[in-house]
Amino acid sequence: MDTILKALALVTEPYTLGVMLLAAMFGLFVGSMPGLTATMATALLIPFTFFMDPVPAIAVIVTAVATAIFAGDIPGALLRIPGTPASAAYCDESYAMTQKGLAERALGIGLVTSVIGGLTGAVVLSLSAPALAEFAIQFSSFEYFWLACLGLSCAVIISTGSTLKGFVSLLIGLFIATIGIDGTAGHPRFTFGSIELMGGVSFIPAMIGMFAISEVLRYVASTRKALPVPQQPVGSVFSGLGPILRKYKMNIVQGSGLGAIIGILPGAGADIAAWISYALAKKRSKEPEKFGTGHPEGLVAAGAANNASVAGAWVPAIVFGIPGDSITAIVIGVLYMKGMNPGPMVFVQSPELIYAVFIAFFIANLALLPLGFAAIKMSRQILKVPQRILMPIILMFCMVGAFAINNTVFGITVMLVLGIMAYVMEENGFPVAPAILGIVLGAMIEDNFMNSMIKADGSLSGFFSRPIAATLGVLTILLWTMPLFLTLRRWMRPGTE
Amino acid sequence: MRLNDAVFGVILILFAIAEIAWTTTFPSLYGQEYGPNLFPIIIGAGLALCGVILLVRGLAQRGTVPMVEWGDWAGDKATVLNVVLLIGSMIFYILVSEWLGFIITAFAILTLLLVRLGTGLLTSVVIAIIVTLLIHTLFARVLLVPLPWGILQPVAW
Repeated sequence: MDTILKALALVTEPYTLGVMLLAAMFGLFVGSMPGLTATMATALLIPFTFFMDPVPAIAVIVTAVATAIFAGDIPGALLRIPGTPASAAYCDESYAMTQKGLAERALGIGLVTSVIGGLTGAVVLSLSAPALAEFAIQFSSFEYFWLACLGLSCAVIISTGSTLKGFVSLLIGLFIATIGIDGTAGHPRFTFGSIELMGGVSFIPAMIGMFAISEVLRYVASTRKALPVPQQPVGSVFSGLGPILRKYKMNIVQGSGLGAIIGILPGAGADIAAWISYALAKKRSKEPEKFGTGHPEGLVAAGAANNASVAGAWVPAIVFGIPGDSITAIVIGVLYMKGMNPGPMVFVQSPELIYAVFIAFFIANLALLPLGFAAIKMSRQILKVPQRILMPIILMFCMVGAFAINNTVFGITVMLVLGIMAYVMEENGFPVAPAILGIVLGAMIEDNFMNSMIKADGSLSGFFSRPIAATLGVLTILLWTMPLFLTLRRWMRPGTE
Repeated sequence: MRLNDAVFGVILILFAIAEIAWTTTFPSLYGQEYGPNLFPIIIGAGLALCGVILLVRGLAQRGTVPMVEWGDWAGDKATVLNVVLLIGSMIFYILVSEWLGFIITAFAILTLLLVRLGTGLLTSVVIAIIVTLLIHTLFARVLLVPLPWGILQPVAW
């Protein structure tokens, strides 16, 4: 109880609440601009969090993401362009409602279910993380090695697109992580004699490049013209919402629960949660033929799912230091920079920080209700801000942000190189998320492997000699061999394709 | 810009060979069979393997998927110029911001890109001035990032 009060005091400091409010407005704006994602919002914020204490830094990211994921619904409903990938699953549905003249209802549903989903996710996070941490406290380098392997494997398998390309992306990320002085022998690897590369590829410029510069490049390289914003008068957001939410309450429960669980899986984020939950709602619906015609049933489930997954992704991130999605990958990088290595020890040493994260989630989602309402009311003005003006400004912020971490232009070089790389990768169907996880987890996997090898005196059997390590190891190897096994089975039974 | 999988295959294989060749220069850990070269070799081997699969797959689709497909932006000269200018302005910043100073460099880049992307000249200049001063105040004054003054050093405020 004492810890919770301490945490509450940390979060409700005027400075923290102030930056959270700014972050919420920023998140709502970025989320509602098509082409600017919640991940990009996080990447643009990290240079600022660099100058903050851990609690406000994390609270800022939590708030910006929660609001951006909701705000992605706004252009989805009004322009049929999802503001963030997390809204793509039901963007046709909400646009169909707009065409029926129900834009406010679609957005109202999005807002209320986002808040419910976000709060559910926060409850799941605050209940499961401490319990898991108690269990995780017994883990040694063997278990962490397997956990990280398991996390990366999940990221490759779940990632959008081909598994092979996801694997390539992961390897690229792992390679980037090996650049610099290595942890065991102190030998500089792949530095081309550059002193700046000795410390490794700086994390923040890398993230800004991969998530923000790549988007700016994509905007400049696209020849698509801006769409006109529909100019109907803004109706009432909350009227008629009660009966709909009551009617589909099971869909809200399904969406929130499923979303939180999908969020916990490494590599699967809000977009996948929304797709799966929408598909499931359609499959279990009594009237699936109405889906896609402006029917609220799927909207309710998916709108809750994407916000629930945001909190879910933090469970593996703060308990094991293994990110659940690209955003928590960035968060882990931020925590490392602040000298707070995520893991079960944080729960013992500074539990108030962990509880502060939980409280930040509750506050951010509760604040989303009034702020999101205001955003819906102003949506038509927000959408009028032209991207041709926004993009050069974003570019400038990126460059200064990348510079500010080490105060050298080398950060901008890293940002530029990785930005172009991420753009080319995405254009060609290589998912970027596994690369991020590779960059974040690369050093952890290698250090744990090397430490384990030294402990076990060079014998690989050490990786299976402890019960939890053995279980995790077997799970990982099963996951690796599964595609092989499935292919073999297809060959054994010809004609079943 | 879309490339055939075979192109990526070849790039990955070449990269993997160079990477593994480099690891042979790494020292080994005293008394251990594994050293700092172990992970890079595993990564290189994985990349080479994926490269071979992509190469085979790409060659099989050769008939339907062209080796290089530039995409619609390459046909449009103005768009190509914009992409070149965008990347060029980052390189420009990296090269000259130190002696030209943040304010002048940022103002020049912002004005150029705003005009190129279709904003009127006067509006662009006004926006560029406001944004440059805003970023400068935010980072140099509030966050105390030492943004370079460059040739404006004598009038630094």
